[in-house]
Amino acid sequence: MSSDRSIAFVASGQIPPSAPPANLTGPIGWVRENLFDGILNSILTLASIAIIVMVVPPIIDWAFLKGVWNAGSLGECREIVVATHGEGASGACWAVIHERIYQFLFGFYPPELYWRPILAFMLLFVAIAPVLFSSAPRQMLWFSLAYPLIAFFLIWGGSIWGTLLFLAGPVVGYLVGFRAGRFAYGDNFIVGAAVTVLATVLWWLFAVTPIADALTSTIGFVGFEPVESDRLGGFLLSITIGVIGISGSLPIGIVLALGRQSSMFAIKTMCVVFIEFIRGVPLITLLFVASVLLNYFLPPGTSFDLVLRVVIMVTLFASAYMAEVIRGGLAALPSGQYEAADALGLNYWQATRLIIMPQALKVAIPGIVSNFIGLFKDTTLVSVIGLLDPVGLLNPIRADSAWNGILWELYMFVALFFWVFCFSMSRYSMYLEKKLKTDR
Amino acid sequence: MSDPLMADDHMPEDHPVDLSKMHVSDEVAIQINNMNKWYGEFHVLRDINLTVNRGERIVICGPSGSGKSTLIRCINRLEEHQKGDIIVNDVELNSDLKNIDKIRAEVGMVFQHFNLFPHLTILENCTLAPIWVRKTPKKEAEADAMLLLERVKIPEQAHKFPGQLSGGQQQRVAIARSLCMKPRIMLFDEPTSALDPEMIKEVLDTMIGLAEEGMTMLVVTHEMGFARQVANRVIFMDEGQIVEENEPEEFFHNPKSERTKLFLSQILGH
Repeated sequence: MSSDRSIAFVASGQIPPSAPPANLTGPIGWVRENLFDGILNSILTLASIAIIVMVVPPIIDWAFLKGVWNAGSLGECREIVVATHGEGASGACWAVIHERIYQFLFGFYPPELYWRPILAFMLLFVAIAPVLFSSAPRQMLWFSLAYPLIAFFLIWGGSIWGTLLFLAGPVVGYLVGFRAGRFAYGDNFIVGAAVTVLATVLWWLFAVTPIADALTSTIGFVGFEPVESDRLGGFLLSITIGVIGISGSLPIGIVLALGRQSSMFAIKTMCVVFIEFIRGVPLITLLFVASVLLNYFLPPGTSFDLVLRVVIMVTLFASAYMAEVIRGGLAALPSGQYEAADALGLNYWQATRLIIMPQALKVAIPGIVSNFIGLFKDTTLVSVIGLLDPVGLLNPIRADSAWNGILWELYMFVALFFWVFCFSMSRYSMYLEKKLKTDR
Repeated sequence: MSDPLMADDHMPEDHPVDLSKMHVSDEVAIQINNMNKWYGEFHVLRDINLTVNRGERIVICGPSGSGKSTLIRCINRLEEHQKGDIIVNDVELNSDLKNIDKIRAEVGMVFQHFNLFPHLTILENCTLAPIWVRKTPKKEAEADAMLLLERVKIPEQAHKFPGQLSGGQQQRVAIARSLCMKPRIMLFDEPTSALDPEMIKEVLDTMIGLAEEGMTMLVVTHEMGFARQVANRVIFMDEGQIVEENEPEEFFHNPKSERTKLFLSQILGH
């Protein structure tokens, strides 16, 4: 080392912070960094702009500028387009949506009763608000709990007796299993629980209908005018199946995921068999089972509503997938979390509810919401077994001589409807992930 | 440096502590008789016999894999033992879940990696177990927690999340969280091993404060300065058994077993 160079160095003071160079910040900085950052990026940006310019204007022209909103048939639509825009022009014929909008919304629900599903739909938002947003008042959760019953009653109507007796099922089961049965087998919890479940199911199958009939004939009919399930259709049907499936599959999925992790062999095996069976079978098969086969297994004389059967199948199908997504979330938790909860003296259910599940569900949010979205779109499969959901309605509409030959507008409309719902769910999931981020 | 024990020492210089002669009660807190544990075929703990009196501060050291962590994790049954007895606060540890939860509520544990609950604030971390296990009213639990957070010198962080704190702060929260359950025994499983050197001191300070109050402590650590000044007994473990135990002065200056001598020369020698 030369003598005039020394390795010793002492900073003469603290360097004050200064602003970054101007071309790194602001809109110009953003454009430079994101759109024209290098040759490849610039080419891609220009190509994208070119594609947008080529594709978007014709679509807008077809759908909106030359679209026809009022006409009685496809032929009339075409005449209007030609008359206003000249020979050879083509435009969308939204008139079909305009004319059939009520069918799309409600299927064949009696028009004078439309207010009932509309009210149920509006109340849905009141019911999910406290679940989705922690800022909503907690007391609203009581309404959320009661909502399924209210919605069922609004949509299907019918006598209040049947619903009340159905709800009484678990109560009756409990009384039989844990009160009356005491004399037979004492305090055995497992036997008590089994008898409870059995008594509840028997009550539903054999007691509800006769007692409801008896009450109606003695006290009288109390309730709404009943609407048969085969009159439900359109978006009403999609949303009904979707909402029940979504709200049912999450809790069932949680139970299955916990069961699969259980150290009790019987519980673990049951959960694994259920999950692997359901995941190994296409939903369509299960829907056919629901629509055709299930009747063979039920006691003769019990009529089990088709929509109800479909809802149960869709829910079970989704919960098997849900269980695996949640299991992924559980697996992502370090074992230290379980140990810390144990070391503090929390029992299994406290640890699961307060420590494990909140974190596992948070990790699993993207997967859970993906499943919700998938489930909601899968509701269109019920058209295969003859239910008239929006996709199931398309064939009858296209078979109508007035609209024979129309295709794009119908599918675009249905697609738009599903997109709005699925996109909202996706955005909500992003909001939730951001809100629950606690590490910075 | 004349005393080899002072090498790599994080003990506070400003107030010299020597608690090794502090009074120990005659009451037995933990009694372990002929305890054995296996992981499958592997015999991790072999014929462990240990009696801990109330107020004792015991440091357990030994090479990695010697079973020292497993031993203290058996005391609150994070690990199950297969043979022998463990009696904690006069309650025997067996498969009875009620006993296990009772003991866990009275035995605090601090982990190497803190294991704070990342989805809860510092205050919620501290009040969770008192509220749910002890059924303390929320207001009261929060007041208690704030006092303890003040004692570990981080009350101003109460409403932050664990991810926003430094390692040393997180470990002090973990200690406060355990103390919120008002435990009679504290177990420390390498509490400073995951910390940067400058943060080790703040955690050791907190532990010394605890020792000064007469807490019964079992500490698995490599901090030999802490062992010398705070412990009243040092236990050396190797290959699943207790090889040597003695008062710190004797243990460090006059080890009897060859394995202890080798171990001490490796960690203190440099």
